[in-house]
Amino acid sequence: MQKIVVDPITRIEGHLRVEVVVDDNNVVKEAYTGSTLWRGIETIVKNRDPRDVGFMTQRICGVCTYSHYRAGIEAVENALGIIPPKNAKLVRTLMNAALYLHDHCVHFYQLHGLDFVDVVSALSADVKKAEEEALKWCDKPLACGVGDLQAVKEKLKNFVDKGDLGPFANAYWGHKTYRFSPEQNLIALSHYLECLKIQRTAAQLTAIFGAKQPHPQSLTVGGVTCVMDILDPSRIGEFKTKFLEVSDFVHRAYLADIKMAASVYKNEASVMNDIGVDNFMCAKEFYLGDEYLFEGGVLLNVLSNPTLSEIDESAITEEATHSWYKNDAALHPYDGEQEPHYTGFKDEKTLDENAKLVDTKVFDTEGKYSWIKAPRYKGLPVQVGPIATILINYFKKNPIVVKEVDALLKELNIELKDLLSTLGRTAARMIEAKIVSENALKALDSLVENLKVDDSTCAAYVIDKNKEYKGRFIGNAPRGMLSHWVRIKDGVVSNYQAVVPSTWNASPKDAKKQMGSYEACIIGLKIADLTKPLEIIRKIHSYDPCIACAVHVFDKKGNELGRYKVGV
Amino acid sequence: MDFSARLKELESFERKDNKASLSSMLKQNGFTRRDFLKYSSAMAAMLGLSSTFAPTIAKAIELADRLPVIWLHMAECTGCSESLLRSDAPTIDSLIFDYINLEYHETIMAASGFQAESNLENAMKKHKGKYILMVEGAIPAGQSSFYLTLGAHAKKGEEIAKQACNNAAAIFAIGACSSFGGIQAAAPNPTNAMPLSKITNKAVINVPGCPPSEKNIVGNVLHYVLYGTLPALDNYNRPKWAYENRIHDLCERRGHFDAGEFVQSFGDEGAKKGYCLYKVGCKGPYTFNNCSKLRFNQHTNWPIGAGHGCIGCSEPDFWDNMGPFEEPLKSHLFKSISADATSDKIGIGVLTLTGLTIAAHAVISSVKKD
Ligand code: SF4
Ligand code: SF4
Repeated sequence: MQKIVVDPITRIEGHLRVEVVVDDNNVVKEAYTGSTLWRGIETIVKNRDPRDVGFMTQRICGVCTYSHYRAGIEAVENALGIIPPKNAKLVRTLMNAALYLHDHCVHFYQLHGLDFVDVVSALSADVKKAEEEALKWCDKPLACGVGDLQAVKEKLKNFVDKGDLGPFANAYWGHKTYRFSPEQNLIALSHYLECLKIQRTAAQLTAIFGAKQPHPQSLTVGGVTCVMDILDPSRIGEFKTKFLEVSDFVHRAYLADIKMAASVYKNEASVMNDIGVDNFMCAKEFYLGDEYLFEGGVLLNVLSNPTLSEIDESAITEEATHSWYKNDAALHPYDGEQEPHYTGFKDEKTLDENAKLVDTKVFDTEGKYSWIKAPRYKGLPVQVGPIATILINYFKKNPIVVKEVDALLKELNIELKDLLSTLGRTAARMIEAKIVSENALKALDSLVENLKVDDSTCAAYVIDKNKEYKGRFIGNAPRGMLSHWVRIKDGVVSNYQAVVPSTWNASPKDAKKQMGSYEACIIGLKIADLTKPLEIIRKIHSYDPCIACAVHVFDKKGNELGRYKVGV
Repeated sequence: MDFSARLKELESFERKDNKASLSSMLKQNGFTRRDFLKYSSAMAAMLGLSSTFAPTIAKAIELADRLPVIWLHMAECTGCSESLLRSDAPTIDSLIFDYINLEYHETIMAASGFQAESNLENAMKKHKGKYILMVEGAIPAGQSSFYLTLGAHAKKGEEIAKQACNNAAAIFAIGACSSFGGIQAAAPNPTNAMPLSKITNKAVINVPGCPPSEKNIVGNVLHYVLYGTLPALDNYNRPKWAYENRIHDLCERRGHFDAGEFVQSFGDEGAKKGYCLYKVGCKGPYTFNNCSKLRFNQHTNWPIGAGHGCIGCSEPDFWDNMGPFEEPLKSHLFKSISADATSDKIGIGVLTLTGLTIAAHAVISSVKKD
């Protein structure tokens, strides 16, 4: 038995650490994932004006930069009983669609891609053959002509010749579980560079109605403020044109590369058969005017006895048996109550990059080992994310989803159960992006139709200081189901909780020792080289970890650390 | 400032690749020498220099790929890194990004775990005293420094940041968090989060904003490349070239402010006409930044453009000082907001005067409306 530590997990948002124990055959027997940063934003929003909350919760994450903003605003709207005008709801959908396209593309290429693509290998690609390869996966592949690929190859050569790989230095290049041919690596690298460009366009999409990205600034409790942009036909045109550009990238690069990756990696053990937690949950999302693009629901025991139901909000709890908080009890988010209780690390020897045993720190796995809490649904761990949305909608027979999933399964010659894996999480994200790219403009059409009869963008409301309110937002962020829960008393926030996608997936064990999905999916994994645990990173990245999001909540009781007091 | 000395100094840096200079890279990417000079004049203008500096800037940019850069993530949301990634099309800003020596950046780098830690250590050793350090995020400090640990040895973020500061040639605190503590330092600051400048004795240039625009991040690197010293700073250590003017000074709605035409509530007739947002909480009169000039996302839009007031994100402790964000500031807060000590008194006078003017306008407009 041997323990290895992977910290920092890079190419994610936030600070995440993974520890595994492997047997003599390098097969993972135990896994622990924990976050090593805590920020306390829910504490900070307490006692503030409810109208300010969305701006503050937005700063939970600069990647899903819109998700927590909308959640903070809509939780307060729900508490106060406000229904925003249709125009506002549609604009919010458009901004959300822009975020999804941005986030999913950047995740696959900039964050997850290097787990599949051996950049250095692309140097030996034959560009002619690479062009032919690209044509297998798409009839009009993006940036994959002989000329394009030659230019990318030369760019790479220049870069490597410098002898200093900069951000690409010291990675697991040459690892034996890299499966792409040099030609396939070159294609993916070309798209990596294209994605750096298209992500700027995708961000502009959010900025058109949102002021800026990251951290847009046009939502307000009751509606949206970008009324001039909505009423400006040139803005509508700008949105549509740029949206189609990004959608083109999704079809001619992202879709094609996922198919290519699936065909090659479907025989690679480190991306298959790792369902993680086999319970799934998602919310309904993407209001298009009359209907929602995706339905919500809960799908339990997919492997043994699949059961489908609607979400029961009262069944959601969070506990902290293995999290650095005082109160271990499972509490509903409206009543979440906790104080930090940091117990630190233990000293141990683990293997370093040179396979030498060195003094390191390790989690106290019997005790507390993460700033992330353990959310549960009816006491069960649940997996969230695009895979949940796609599976639940497939089981619910959502025709758009059924069509996409069946087409992909057929083309790749795989079965539905093969999607219960790292490959499936990665493919589901692409399917979600494709469906959003093909349908979200319906919200733009509805907006234009609606503007002919109604140009309102904000609902009026009052906050009665003598009344108590509570409300919540339940929706999806790119990484999965997100909920925010607020109580308002005396005109200010009295309690606030965010139960976020990465908390569900990255949860440590609970009192019953049930694992979260990150931990569950690494058990049984065989690692080729303990000094280069690429297989672990590949699996963890398939969730698109967002750890600053996952780390939150603390009730400040008698803790007088604050050097920053409200001015005056 | 002796530019030639600075250029010589840059030339003495070890070049990553002697065959591939930035200008040849640019050529490969379809940029002509003329485009390059045009860009350099634009940068000169942005930095408030006369266009005669353009050739010097061009030369400095060509030398930029010798500069090692280390970017650290502390307690943050990664918004500043995201902003950096938005760096402009045509891709010249991102070329600077590509062709500096980016030695460490957790969101982008390929290595992880022990290999990542080694990258950081090696970079600090190899480029000791020569690298640019950019830090994103606030730092849980002192008794609470364990709120952030990194790497297999669970080193505290505070330690790593301190060490990186000690060996850096120039230090930039990127974003509101690193500059002033940001969101996690808002009351009651449960993690005892500190700005970078509070944990090191070295000079720190603050580049606030939540996040700062891509231009303000990249422009500052260029400033360093060019001068090799800190740019002129205001009282909060913000580079004057970017943070010298108030949002209000160059706001597109300023005409309506002067005419006493205000949005009274979001979504009203005034909002449709683009009236001034002061009465729904705009903090533009108290905020020093260049958003009204440069905007965000390649000039696509900015908060006031999208009909929401400025929330003051480049000011110290704005989360505590500027709220509620959708109501006008009370005048008693003016005292805590002034960027320049030497003009403190004048500043307060001007702001108070602005406040009075605003009050007068508010009266006029409500008379006009009712
Ligand atoms: S300064 Fe703003 S964008 Fe940057 S990390 Fe802090 S909250 Fe995020
Ligand atoms: S108060 Fe705000 S919206 Fe009005 S002119 Fe000044 S900066 Fe612009």
